[in-house]
Amino acid sequence: MNITNLLKIALKALSNNKMRGFLTMLGIIIGVASVITMLAIGQGSKKSIQSQISEMGSNMIMIQPGGDTRGGVRQSASAMETLKLTDYESIVNETRYLSAVSPTVNSSGQLIYGANNKPSTVYGVNQDYLEIRRYSVSDGNMFTEQEIASAAKVCIVGKTVVDELFTNGENPIGKVIRFNKIPFQIIGVLTSKGYNSMGMDQDDIILAPYTTIQKRVLAITHIQGINASAIKEEYTPQAIDEIGELLRRNHKLKETDDDDFTIRSMEELSSMMTSTMNILTILLASVAGISLLVGGIGIMNIMYVSVTERTREIGLRMSIGAKGMDILAQFLIESILISVTGGVIGVLFGVSMALLVNLGLNFPIYIQPWSVILSFAVCTVTGVFFGWYPAKKAAQLDPIEAIRFE
Amino acid sequence: MTKEIIKLEHISRDFHVGDETVHALRDVSFTICEGEFVTIMGTSGSGKSTLLNTLGCLDTPTKGEYYLDGTSVRTMGKNARATLRNRKIGFVFQSYNLLPKTTAIENVELPLMYNPSYSASARKGKAVESLKAVGLGDRLNHKSNQMSGGQMQRVAIARALVNDPAVILADEATGNLDTRTSYDILVLFQRLHAEGRTIIFVTHNPEIAHYSSRNILLKDGRVVTDTMNENVQSAAEVLATLPVEND
Repeated sequence: MNITNLLKIALKALSNNKMRGFLTMLGIIIGVASVITMLAIGQGSKKSIQSQISEMGSNMIMIQPGGDTRGGVRQSASAMETLKLTDYESIVNETRYLSAVSPTVNSSGQLIYGANNKPSTVYGVNQDYLEIRRYSVSDGNMFTEQEIASAAKVCIVGKTVVDELFTNGENPIGKVIRFNKIPFQIIGVLTSKGYNSMGMDQDDIILAPYTTIQKRVLAITHIQGINASAIKEEYTPQAIDEIGELLRRNHKLKETDDDDFTIRSMEELSSMMTSTMNILTILLASVAGISLLVGGIGIMNIMYVSVTERTREIGLRMSIGAKGMDILAQFLIESILISVTGGVIGVLFGVSMALLVNLGLNFPIYIQPWSVILSFAVCTVTGVFFGWYPAKKAAQLDPIEAIRFE
Repeated sequence: MTKEIIKLEHISRDFHVGDETVHALRDVSFTICEGEFVTIMGTSGSGKSTLLNTLGCLDTPTKGEYYLDGTSVRTMGKNARATLRNRKIGFVFQSYNLLPKTTAIENVELPLMYNPSYSASARKGKAVESLKAVGLGDRLNHKSNQMSGGQMQRVAIARALVNDPAVILADEATGNLDTRTSYDILVLFQRLHAEGRTIIFVTHNPEIAHYSSRNILLKDGRVVTDTMNENVQSAAEVLATLPVEND
């Protein structure tokens, strides 16, 4: 028997039981659609986190004091005073894998301009900080080497700070704002970067020379951290090793001593976030996969009932010349038709669901071509796998008994 | 002598039920020639169903040789027998066995679906031809559930004719029908016989024997009598005497 005839027979059988066929298909539709939607959401979140991390500077390295235990008590990083300006200077002078290095100190407090005020954190940095964090100045200028040397009371502000302090739309350049009663003159405004993946407003920022924060705000001589940029993302591990060795030498640590600093890279953060997202994606996809499996069992159930119900038809077909193979093929094609049609509808449905989630809920999505191909392949295999047993059962019926089956 | 369509030589068929062996057929031998209308009769348990299954190539004998249209069936495999049934045999069952929600044409062309040498249009042509031959030329596209018992049995007969079989095997073909419709169907069988078809009609109803040309009686798996019917009655005449029921 040729394939056209088999298709005709299978289509005929399905059209004889449209409602049942549709309900069986529904299991597959929901299964495939949920696999695609879940994968799209998972992959979308992953992609968006990756892109935002690289926006923040994927080759960024953060050095913080700490990692030190004294008498078994681990100290908080801000209480540590192990990083000095000399560390910063030797990192600048003695490393090969870094393209930009900036010391960081910061202080939180209230910003006041005229009648407006807002809580904020002022970061004391040098010019390299812009390169490290991928900021750029849209209006005015960055502070100069000389302003750093003289601990000038100047600052660069982000767009959120401007919006909140200069409510009547005046030009902030040249204006003086007060931070913890110390006046700072605004000499530049940063280009807006928006929110990052952790929901932090990257425009709510004030940058000032680190010397100014050290001397005039905090009155300290140590620094709270060093931010640096590796020449390229790939060199991040070498850069970290190099900095680690250098700092251990500077701090005269013995072989047996623990580091009294911590070096973190964005790459680490990025791979950590990515693996978290992968777990989430796997979790979502397996829940969806289970529904696909349940859909497959639905097919098997219906095919099984269908075989029993059509025992006499099978007996008749056999007595007028159908071979076991013909019967097997007929039922297998029927179940494949259900699962493939369900798969196609499921793919369309899943893709539109994903787009709907994207448009309606503003959730990042990414539909990977392989997820579509995979779920389609899975549901075809499901059709064959779950259709096989009932079809085999049908093909093995004895025509003599089947034709007289009541 | 005319062509031998069916030749049984010392056919035995044993079934094993638990520890016991049931001898359904014991040393059955007969020959049926082309153009004969044979009734095979017997009470239940006489072995007539087993004989029908054997003749229909659905079952193979334990012992003995069976030649269908010159081909030895006993050693054939399942698939070869399926093909043989498809080409040489037309079945008519007691309960019609039509596909539900399917038109007369689709039901009739079913055997040809399993014969790759027929194209879709050739199939349809043959099906229409067969349906016309059984007097259903005006009901080609009626679905099986829109037809009466007699009409359904005619469709089943058309289905048995569509592959131009060497023999038509009818299993209690009038068993589910009322008297009038039964005679209607018998008239049809007699007409097909007159046209030269070979028909084997298995039944437990002794009346049918009056309308066939030969009569084989089975008892306990053996042929008891095998007689030619010298005085074949016309089913059409009997049908004419039956009162028409108006309800």
